[in-house]
Amino acid sequence: MIERECDVAVIGAGAAGISAAIEIARGGRHPLLIDREPYLGGILQQCIHTGFGLHRFNEELSGPEYAGREIAEALSLGIEALLDTSVFDVRCEEGKMLLHACSAHKGVMKINAKAIVLAMGCRERNRGNVGIPGMRPAGVMTAGLAQRLINLEGCIPGRRAVIVGSGDIGLIMARRLIWTGVEVPAVLEILPYPSGLARNIAQCLDEYKIPLLLSHAVVQIHGGRRVEDVDIAPLVAGSPDLSQAFRIPCDTVLLSVGLIPENELSKKIGVKLSLATGGPLVDESLMTNIPGVFACGNVLHVHDLVDNVSCEATRCGKAVLDYLQGSAENPIGQGEAKAGMNLKYVLPSQYRAGKDMRFSMRSLAPFDEARLLVSCSGKEILAQKMRFVRPSEMINVDIPAGAIPSFAAGQSPQLEFSLIPGDSKP
Amino acid sequence: MNGKSLTCIVCPAGCRISIEAEGKSWKIEGNKCPRGKTYAIAEMTDPRRSVSAVIRTKSVSLPYAPVRTDKPIKQELVFKLLEAIYSLEIEGPLQSGAVIIPDFENSGVNVILTREIYHE
Repeated sequence: MIERECDVAVIGAGAAGISAAIEIARGGRHPLLIDREPYLGGILQQCIHTGFGLHRFNEELSGPEYAGREIAEALSLGIEALLDTSVFDVRCEEGKMLLHACSAHKGVMKINAKAIVLAMGCRERNRGNVGIPGMRPAGVMTAGLAQRLINLEGCIPGRRAVIVGSGDIGLIMARRLIWTGVEVPAVLEILPYPSGLARNIAQCLDEYKIPLLLSHAVVQIHGGRRVEDVDIAPLVAGSPDLSQAFRIPCDTVLLSVGLIPENELSKKIGVKLSLATGGPLVDESLMTNIPGVFACGNVLHVHDLVDNVSCEATRCGKAVLDYLQGSAENPIGQGEAKAGMNLKYVLPSQYRAGKDMRFSMRSLAPFDEARLLVSCSGKEILAQKMRFVRPSEMINVDIPAGAIPSFAAGQSPQLEFSLIPGDSKP
Repeated sequence: MNGKSLTCIVCPAGCRISIEAEGKSWKIEGNKCPRGKTYAIAEMTDPRRSVSAVIRTKSVSLPYAPVRTDKPIKQELVFKLLEAIYSLEIEGPLQSGAVIIPDFENSGVNVILTREIYHE
């Protein structure tokens, strides 16, 4: 059996894994990237549309271009990658990590590391997660799978596709389908407002006169070997009104109904997960409850911009360097950070005072004007005006070291974040 | 058609803007900032779109490679451009950024490769 040594095993070589590995290598440590695909870059490679990198590179790039720049940087630093390789077991004992991985070429491998970065990304919610009733014919798939089929494998998923869910992947796929000659009779959304960005609604749906049916759900999928049609009904008081149901013929149903951090491996290690994000519970250094195991990117919480993923992963890489230096421990103790009014979650959920910190959060509802309030043990420490808050757009708040009053060991003051709706103009 | 209702895509606010020709100028409503006005006029006079697609290659490891326009192209040329891309097959090695179709239909817009095709 092949046995490998490294300082940090980075599981997943998408945007998060590569950025974390770059930061670790720059700090003079030896990262090892591991990915199950035969190429670096992860999901970016199938996102061939533009709109990536506006913050990081000040340019509008396609996904493969964004990945290409990160990969070039990683290669110039001599970062090593095990591709076509799946990690299937991880054990952590007293700061020593032992990973088991396998690939078709090399068989089973043992990898020894001093720290681990979880960067496995996320998965799409599927038919089973949203419980769409009906037959089980071929042709029902996630929007991301359809994206992979068209953009990487060069085949079309069907001839006429109904899209369920108005997340950005679904909207972008609507336009991609039209551009590859596939009809899109409708996009459905169960909520009364779209989940995707307004610009994607305008450019991907309105432009091609694709109807967006808000507050509508699929109540039945019909078909034998292949999807033949779907029954759709409007929601009245939260449940589908079957008396108003109508039928749309189609051979494909694409699901764009949300993403879930991919944490099967994390659970195996004993990493504690958050119910709100679906990702690991972490402190301000993005370390999980297992010392030496860190997480960043979509495995931690689902992001809307890859630029934010890279930024978070770079911070994670820095924290891993501190951990390897043995300077990660801060003796002041830990406090809790909590999501208050109108926020779905706040990440990290644990913090140590005495350093500059970034908190990420998501709103529960859209607000045109709002104020973000941060309080520490009931005392307001920060207030910030916000405009056009959307659940689909992550909010990042930087809190400088000095803003949190120092506290004695044993005390754990609570930081509470809340979003107070401002008077929105009609 | 002299009037149009559109969603501004300049910022996340996503204003609903209505625009109508009024003599030689425009009657614009619903924009919360001047950028919305510029966008709406451009949509009426010279709408342009960025296009991305995949193109066939002779590469074994990358049989389909991603391409995009290097700047937005006139909206009416979008489907013509897509057909031109789909009718080609390219051969590596090629760097990301390589021009695949130069100056499409004298539009000044190039189609560029966005992923490296390695030597095989």
